[in-house]
Amino acid sequence: MLHALADSTRRDIVTHVLQGEHSVSSLARRYPMSFAAVQKHVAILERADLVRKRRQGREQLVSGNIAAVRDATALLSQFEEIWRARIDRMGEILAEPDHPEPNQGDPT
Amino acid sequence: MTVKSVLKDEQALAMIVTAEFDATLEAVWQLWADPRKLERWWGPPTHPATVVEHTLVAGGRVTYFMTGPEGDRFHGWWRVGAVDAPRAFDFEDGFADEAGAPNPDLPTTHAQVTLDLDANGRTVMVITTTFASLEAMQELVKMGMEEGITLAVGQADALLVT
Repeated sequence: MLHALADSTRRDIVTHVLQGEHSVSSLARRYPMSFAAVQKHVAILERADLVRKRRQGREQLVSGNIAAVRDATALLSQFEEIWRARIDRMGEILAEPDHPEPNQGDPT
Repeated sequence: MTVKSVLKDEQALAMIVTAEFDATLEAVWQLWADPRKLERWWGPPTHPATVVEHTLVAGGRVTYFMTGPEGDRFHGWWRVGAVDAPRAFDFEDGFADEAGAPNPDLPTTHAQVTLDLDANGRTVMVITTTFASLEAMQELVKMGMEEGITLAVGQADALLVT
């Protein structure tokens, strides 16, 4: 998973194909890796619907799905808000004095 | 500021949140390991969480519900992956039915939590959340909005966007 996150190639591919359609072979020439390796990156991006692929003769043409990339950004922002709020609450709990507060929680 | 950085990776459908606390490793671990502490921060103030079952060991289960302003309950579960107390654990988080049984039709998220001490004795917490697909993320946000949870915490953002 960390490997996937560290992958600057995929980020670069998306940035590139958002600006216009490119064939897999022309993309492959941009990176110091095999055609098959680039194709694999494209397949991962395609599964996430961040890029779309179509066939033209012998070429596979890749274009960026702008709406999906924007969606992903917007959606991740929602989760960012959830976690920022959670971490704020964590900080508040940690800042409390060590003894438990008598008013906290349900009386059971 | 406790949150140090938020890295969003649209391509990997992942988010890495790094936070720093002026607290011991053990104290931060207890926020996850002690169900009474966990329920104080998991849900937003409008939807406080109640942790029912809490077994923070490899393969263990956590079940909880959040109670909305109308008294409506939203049930959830974790399936715990690997645990290396008090430094790391990971879990799958999903929706449950009223009996706490996982709902297989709704998407889950995966979270990896790691804790470390920095050179100044502060505890650094890194949470990596990954989503299965864009559809899964959309579904989760939609559910959150229906439940009034996402909206409650993301309100400021939503106002800025529209």
